[in-house]
Amino acid sequence: MSVGAATVEREGISTDTVARVLAWGGGGLGVLAFWLALPPVTARNVVVPLMVGGLGVIAGAAALRLGVGRRVGMLAISVAVLGALLGWLATRSNIESLEQVFVWSVLLAATLRAATPLACAALGGIFSERSGVVNIGLEGMLLMGAFFGFLGADKLGSWWWGLICGVLAGACLAAVHAFVSIHLRADQIVSGTAVNFLALGITGYFFIEVYTDQGTSDVDFTPTFTIPWLHKVDFFGAAIGDMNVLIWITLALVVISHIAIFHTSIGLRLRSVGEHPKAADTLGISVYGVRYAAVILSGALAGLGGVYLTNGITHSFSENLSAGRGFIALAAVIFGRWRPYGAFAACLIFGFTEALALRLPGAYGEDAAWTTLFRALPYVVTLVVVAGVVGRSIPPAADGKPYVKQ
Amino acid sequence: MTTAPTVHPPAAPDPGEESAAGTLARWHRTGGLVAPVITALLAFLVGGLVVLATGSNPIDVYKGIWNGAGLEWFYDVGSNQVGLPFSDATVWFPWDTSSASAENLQQTLILWTTLVLTGLAVAFAFRCGLFNIGGQGQYFVGAYFAIWVGSSFAGMNSALHITLAVVVAALAGAAWAGIAGILKATTGAHEVISTIMLNWIAYYTGLYLFGQGGPLQNDLQPFSPTSNEVVDGARLPVFWGDPLLQGLHMGMFLAFAALVAFWIIINRTTLGYEVRAVGFSPDAARYGGISVARNYFLAMAISGVFAGMAGAVDMLGWRFSIGFSDIQSSSIGFVGIAVALLGRNTALGVGLAALVFAALGNGTAARNIPPEVFDIPEQAGNLSLTIQALVLLFIGADIVILYLWAKTGQKIGVGRRSPL
Repeated sequence: MSVGAATVEREGISTDTVARVLAWGGGGLGVLAFWLALPPVTARNVVVPLMVGGLGVIAGAAALRLGVGRRVGMLAISVAVLGALLGWLATRSNIESLEQVFVWSVLLAATLRAATPLACAALGGIFSERSGVVNIGLEGMLLMGAFFGFLGADKLGSWWWGLICGVLAGACLAAVHAFVSIHLRADQIVSGTAVNFLALGITGYFFIEVYTDQGTSDVDFTPTFTIPWLHKVDFFGAAIGDMNVLIWITLALVVISHIAIFHTSIGLRLRSVGEHPKAADTLGISVYGVRYAAVILSGALAGLGGVYLTNGITHSFSENLSAGRGFIALAAVIFGRWRPYGAFAACLIFGFTEALALRLPGAYGEDAAWTTLFRALPYVVTLVVVAGVVGRSIPPAADGKPYVKQ
Repeated sequence: MTTAPTVHPPAAPDPGEESAAGTLARWHRTGGLVAPVITALLAFLVGGLVVLATGSNPIDVYKGIWNGAGLEWFYDVGSNQVGLPFSDATVWFPWDTSSASAENLQQTLILWTTLVLTGLAVAFAFRCGLFNIGGQGQYFVGAYFAIWVGSSFAGMNSALHITLAVVVAALAGAAWAGIAGILKATTGAHEVISTIMLNWIAYYTGLYLFGQGGPLQNDLQPFSPTSNEVVDGARLPVFWGDPLLQGLHMGMFLAFAALVAFWIIINRTTLGYEVRAVGFSPDAARYGGISVARNYFLAMAISGVFAGMAGAVDMLGWRFSIGFSDIQSSSIGFVGIAVALLGRNTALGVGLAALVFAALGNGTAARNIPPEVFDIPEQAGNLSLTIQALVLLFIGADIVILYLWAKTGQKIGVGRRSPL
């Protein structure tokens, strides 16, 4: 191996690059091992996933030897092992079930649906944490957006009123968090938890006050956007042919956020406030102003995610509807290293598990009791990701630290 | 706060010239009651404004809560008799132990028992600098195991059976919380995210175990998604009130014991010293030769013991079975957060704060609110949630109080002790 590496090095490619390619290749082989056992290929021989997964493990181990870094190498190896394992499981289960669950176009559409509220909240989390304010309150802001989006669409009669109400509700709750944690310099985790409680109390109160425990379905929900020429195409038609407007908006927001944070002067100010507020202050940037703006923006974004949750997916509201999605989004922020694209990728992974968790029971009969356990899948995956992968990713330097004006 | 803009060298404080904020800070350091009491009052005041905004009379509401919690019992003094435990003899007692308000008070104290334990679960981790918002999941796991042990082994010696159920539940809670502790210690995974995820995993596991067709669903009614009932021998004896009408059970003494144990561990043992040292500054503790990882794990595990016991006393004390809807509506672990924070993470504080929230929780239970106060009784529950949120918010920002205090006099000269 070392001889090969040396040869490559002479040709001008560094060992580092080779190691990284190997690591990614190992992970990729793991995914491939699983994929081969699924429709449409549906390899029925156990040897196939085991072989491919085994190759992935070897590639990962080689990458480790070449010094790719323990974390990345171990990640590649674990993905390969996991892929082989899942592939093996897939070859054991019957083809009809597999074909019922793994309709890729439908699964992709469901993944995007599930990932959208997460992605909105995660983008919010990125803005907030990039400015140096930890936002545990995303969960509550999501919930506020969900309820007031529904209420607005119901009472004011159109989906975009719902959108405005939900976004404003999220922003208002974020303003509370901002005031307490920026001006009053409270512990941001405690304040975020308080904000979550507040959202539970407020939405619960008004839900019962307005709907006496029963939602209504006679609401102008967020429309879907049908692309006429794509609608009839085989795979893409079902996957993205008619997606909800808010999914498209979210996809745009991911790109816009990336540009805003990394390619504009506003983004530079945001990051400087989160990394070294004192220096930013010295240069005349209003630390408090930037932080207020970022936190309130994060609430608005999480509120948007909430609006999609009720007016786009569930079409009804129930108490504590957000069900931990704000925290999953927070995990996505960390997993994505405080970058919009990375966080969105993480949201897709979590969204995929959620979509899978919803589809799997169908294949095994709704009354099989143990299928309830699938519902825990997104949380298990989040836990594993937080534990294994996130580990030591480095947050903005001033994240979570209140700033005292000089 | 980080740099004091003063040229004077730090001199010994002049007792005659201490600032108001300084006095308050000393109160803080000595575990004073001023700030928490002001915080709670402020929260109730703002909660009253919320009630006012929704068109109800806040004084009526709070009076309804007070009476619903059975607190009027204390000043309803007369000449009564009380039976001595384990005998037929009676003695004179100033309070009527079988009045309606006495029954309400029993319910408040039952809730107090659970809240003390879930509060301690949050408080112990806090002292180590960890924010355990997984009390709910640890409570669930403890409850599942308590139900499982409590509903099996019929005919076992009662004391042994109860002890076994409580110990198993406590260990289960410890293991569940310990997962988050180990992850924090080894990979640095943030305990807030991991404990929330563990909550949801425990939640769905419970829905599976006791739900339709689940392995621990009851044997008698195949269409009722609840567990088996805890057998008589494993039920905690009732020492005040009617055992058939949810009287006050012996679990209350377990809560007292837990408070004492918490105080001793934190203040009088090496473990407590190390936990506090890590809580103040992990780096300094590490430099001082304390294993931060080990203390993270132990602090979480001990927290889990408290929360697991909370699940056990609930199941063995008055619920006796757990079902789909019980799991879906439980939020007792989250109230523990408010209890711990209001109680400043001390044993005495948790005991008192648990009383506040138990009274609030029981007083706002739908059955206790007179119909003329709220048109929809369930609303009272959301009011109690809102007040909890306000308490957290004001405690998180207890600098509000310092700020207002200092406005009247000198500028703030002391740092705020973070609740973390």
